[in-house]
Amino acid sequence: MTLVLLDPTHEQRPARRERLPRLSTLEGATVGLLDISKLRGDVFLDRLEQRLRERGAHPRRYRKPTFTKPAPVDLRQQIAVECAAVVEALAD
Amino acid sequence: MSEPHASREAPPPATPTASARLPDAPRLPDGLVAFVKRACPTCELVEPVLAQLADGGATLCVYSQDDPSFPSRPTARDDRELSASWHHTIETVPTLLRVEQGREVARAVGWQRDDWERVSGVPGLGPQLPALRPGCGSRSVDPDIAPDLAARYGAGRLRARRVELGPAEDPFEAMAARGWSDGLPLVPPTARRVLAMLEGTTRAPEEVVAHVPPDLAPCTVEKVAINAVMAGCKPEYLPVVLTAVEAACTDTFNIHGVLATTMSVGPVLVVNGPIRKRLGLNSGRNVFGQGHRANASIGRALQLVVRNVGGGRPGEIDRATFGNPGKLGFCFAEDEEGSPWTPLSADFGIAPGTDALTLYTGEGPHTLVDQLARDAESIARSFAANLRAMYHPKLALAFDVLLAVGPEHARLFREAGWSKDDLRSRLLELLRIPGHELVRGAGGMAEGLADEIAAESIPKFAPDGIQIVHCGGAAGLFSAFIPGWARGAIGSAPVASEIRA
Repeated sequence: MTLVLLDPTHEQRPARRERLPRLSTLEGATVGLLDISKLRGDVFLDRLEQRLRERGAHPRRYRKPTFTKPAPVDLRQQIAVECAAVVEALAD
Repeated sequence: MSEPHASREAPPPATPTASARLPDAPRLPDGLVAFVKRACPTCELVEPVLAQLADGGATLCVYSQDDPSFPSRPTARDDRELSASWHHTIETVPTLLRVEQGREVARAVGWQRDDWERVSGVPGLGPQLPALRPGCGSRSVDPDIAPDLAARYGAGRLRARRVELGPAEDPFEAMAARGWSDGLPLVPPTARRVLAMLEGTTRAPEEVVAHVPPDLAPCTVEKVAINAVMAGCKPEYLPVVLTAVEAACTDTFNIHGVLATTMSVGPVLVVNGPIRKRLGLNSGRNVFGQGHRANASIGRALQLVVRNVGGGRPGEIDRATFGNPGKLGFCFAEDEEGSPWTPLSADFGIAPGTDALTLYTGEGPHTLVDQLARDAESIARSFAANLRAMYHPKLALAFDVLLAVGPEHARLFREAGWSKDDLRSRLLELLRIPGHELVRGAGGMAEGLADEIAAESIPKFAPDGIQIVHCGGAAGLFSAFIPGWARGAIGSAPVASEIRA
């Protein structure tokens, strides 16, 4: 006697995408710095921006409206179009 | 699955005139079709009418639910398995249908000469019979049989993937091993149980209720029902669970953030309206505790939906440092009958007396003890002194609170004539804190607000940041507060919704 149950999950598989190759150099690369609007994230990103400039990169700042929600699709799209790499700051 | 796509789209109308046939029902022959059972006196009464129709040249097919040798003429088709009766939603015998091109176009229920003559197009039926005789219940709706029929014939309308366990598998272990469980045993979600659960709502199983974070997967009524079964819900609880899932997945409530935060909070469900009594939801003694099935399983069902449909699991997207035991499920009702105030849901514009759910983000309850106060002002001051320290005495305006006023404390406010707004206003006044006490470093504590506010006075809570509910046992000079979370648009705000069946 077998028991047949109904699957309680969403029955979906996440799409697998290959990561982009790591940048071979920061020289000339546009690097996004995403502030998630968490307290003092700017302290971390200010320092990172400074270090990136020293390495010849072009940092570009972005900001999520709130850290409690995923970044809006438009913002993700904008970062993907404009940047070769992105750093997301989590802080407190 | 013998009936892979059968689907009961809507209950049959009270007086069906058009086709009430379910998709993939066994096709009925064109002409007249009667459903009877020998055990029904009205069916025995109309036996001569069936013979009269057959002898008169009508194309008549009779389905017999209990005895294929009945009626004597014409020879009946055997429907003891009740497949034809179930699929064609026969609720009463005798029922006479007229079928054209495989579709039911007319139906007469019980024996009513006019009606039978209308459906059959044959005048002068059963002249010796009374004009009217009510029928009997169809065997296909017999409460002892119907759930089995629903599982046998109706399972095809369930779209969820089937998970077949091996004969040696313990279902409880198998479900836990698949990651479906919150840590406690689950009720196995069989088709029979899920179909019974779906009887608790008028909504179609395939209707999408919400897209549940974090995976933003579409969640159907059926998926909610499956998780509600696992949580231990009764079918009548399902509308509350559906409402909770909808509310949780709004941008305002932001279940994604509630789940992902390192703080201890989870969804807290407060139920108002007559449904509290119908479901046996506890609003009294041990209101936040164990022992009431509706309280325990409704909150749990929401969390199982978030886990299984949304993919929100502790250690993954759920990053809580501590969490709290209420994250297994935290649901309670307001004691409206004993309250000096209108219900919580009315604060959100829902008329008192309406079945409603308010979904709030909160952690565990903290008890407020004051056994000596005998007036409203004194008890308000006790509340304020306790609330000042919520999360940290030097943090303000970041979090909301749900204040649960117990009956013995509520009596003081009733006697003093304080409205809910009076209490809220007084708390806001009492909780204005000099900025210099709140700045970082003050009191030897690094935690606190930025220096700029040192000269100001800062309220602990925003004007809409204190929600008040009346509940708890009649004995005990206690109240409680449930700390909230990042308030408003940056985090979560309470969402109140009417509960619809």
